[in-house]
Amino acid sequence: MTEWFQLSPFEWSALRLSLIVAIWAVTISLPFGIALAWVMARKQFPGKFLLDGLLHLPLVVPPVVVGYCLLVLFGRNGALGSWLESIGITLAFDWKGAVLAAAVMAFPLMVRAIRLSIESIDLGLEAAARTLGAKPLRVFFTITLPLALPGVLSGFILAFARCLGEFGATITFVSNIPGETQTLPLALYTYTQIPDGETGALKLCLIAIAIAILALIASEFCARWLQTRTQSENRRAD
Amino acid sequence: MQIKIKDQTGDFLLDVEFSGAEDGITALYGPSGAGKSSVVQIVAGLRRPQLAEIYLKDTCLFSSAKKINLPPEKRRIGYVFQDARLFPHLSVEANLNYGCKLTPENERFIEFDTVLSTLDIAKLLKRNVASLSGGEKQRIAIGRALLMSPSILLMDEPLNSLDSARKQELLPYIKEISQSFKVPILYVSHSPEEIRQLADKVIVMDAGRVTHSGSCESTLDSKF
Repeated sequence: MTEWFQLSPFEWSALRLSLIVAIWAVTISLPFGIALAWVMARKQFPGKFLLDGLLHLPLVVPPVVVGYCLLVLFGRNGALGSWLESIGITLAFDWKGAVLAAAVMAFPLMVRAIRLSIESIDLGLEAAARTLGAKPLRVFFTITLPLALPGVLSGFILAFARCLGEFGATITFVSNIPGETQTLPLALYTYTQIPDGETGALKLCLIAIAIAILALIASEFCARWLQTRTQSENRRAD
Repeated sequence: MQIKIKDQTGDFLLDVEFSGAEDGITALYGPSGAGKSSVVQIVAGLRRPQLAEIYLKDTCLFSSAKKINLPPEKRRIGYVFQDARLFPHLSVEANLNYGCKLTPENERFIEFDTVLSTLDIAKLLKRNVASLSGGEKQRIAIGRALLMSPSILLMDEPLNSLDSARKQELLPYIKEISQSFKVPILYVSHSPEEIRQLADKVIVMDAGRVTHSGSCESTLDSKF
C-alpha cells in the first residue's frame, strides 16, 4: 500500500522535469504573450487577420505537425537550429527543446486570455491617463496592465496547465529521453507500453489530475483576490 | 485660447472658429450633436482633426499649417469627462496624485491641500473608488485634473450623469475653482441653467458651427 505514496526515481524525474519545463515555458513566453495580446487588442494593421490565424494555428493543427515543424526549423540542421547551435544552444533532443515545444503549444491560450481582458478595459481610462501627462508606455504599465492582471493570471495558469499536458509536439521534436525530455505525459505513455506498467501509469495519472486541480484552485483564488482588490468601476454608485 | 477647426466625419462637418477667455469660465453651449464634445476632444488631443489651428496662450497645440500635433500628454490640459473615469485599481489618493506626479515640480502651481479643502474631499482620500457616490467621483475627477496644474481645464458635461440635487451640489465647487485657482475653464453643456450660474462668456454651437458668442447675459437672453 505504501508504494502508492512513494514515487520511483523514474517518476520523480518525470514530475520534476514536467514542472521545470512548464514553468520555464510560461515564464519566457509571458512577456511576448502580453505584448502580442496588446497589439491584437489595440492595434489595427493590414494582415492582422493573417497574424491572428497564424497565432491560433497550434490550437487547431495536430500537435505532431507542430513538433515536426519545430524539428525542421530548430533541428541541428534546421534553418534556426544550426544558427542557435553556432552560439552554443541546442534544442533538439534537449530539455530546452521541450520548453520550446510546450511554449509554442500553450501560446495561443495565453494570448487569448490576456487579449480578452485588455479588450474589456475602457479606452476612456487610457485616454484620461494620457491627458494627465502619461506617455503611452506609462499608460500601459500603470493602467492597462494592472487592469488586465486577472486575464494575465488566468492566461498564465491556462498555459501552465497546457504545458504540463504537452505530449505530441514534445515527443516529435525532442523524443522521449528519461531525465532529459521525458515529461510526465511521456513517462505515462512509456508505462502503458511496458508490461506491469499499470500501477505506475495510474499513479502518474492521479498526479497529473492533482496538479491540474491545484492549478485551478490557485487560479480561482487569485482571481477572487484580484477582484476584491480592484473592484471594477462598472458598479457605478448611482 | 484660439481655436479653428475644420473636420469632416461622414456627413457631419465641424467648422468652428472661436477664442476662449484667458481666465474665468467660457461655456460651449449647444444641443446634443452640435459637435461640442468633438471640439473638446480635438483640443485635448484625443482626436485628430483634418484641419486645425489650436493655440493655448503662446503654445501651439495643433497646426496643420506648421505640421504640429502635440500628443495629449504634452498639452497640459486638464480634462474632466462626463463619466468621471477614475482608475478603479487605484485608491482615491493615488487617483488624485496620478497627474500631479507626472508634472515637473517647477510647473506645479496648485497645492494638494488647497484642492482638498476647495473640493471638500479630504475625508475621501483612503476610500475605494467603487464606494464613492457619483458626485464624489466627479469631485475627485476635477481634483485629479486640477492637480496636474493644467493651463486650462476642459469640462465635458461633467454634471450629465448626476441627478438634479447632485448637480446643484457640484455647481458651487466649479464656480469656486475658477476663482481660487488661476486656471481658465472651458465648460461644455447643453443646459442653459448651468451656464447661467457659471459662465462669464458663452459660445453657442449648432450643427457643427458657432452661431453666437459673447457675454453670458446678452447671448443667452437673445436666444431664449
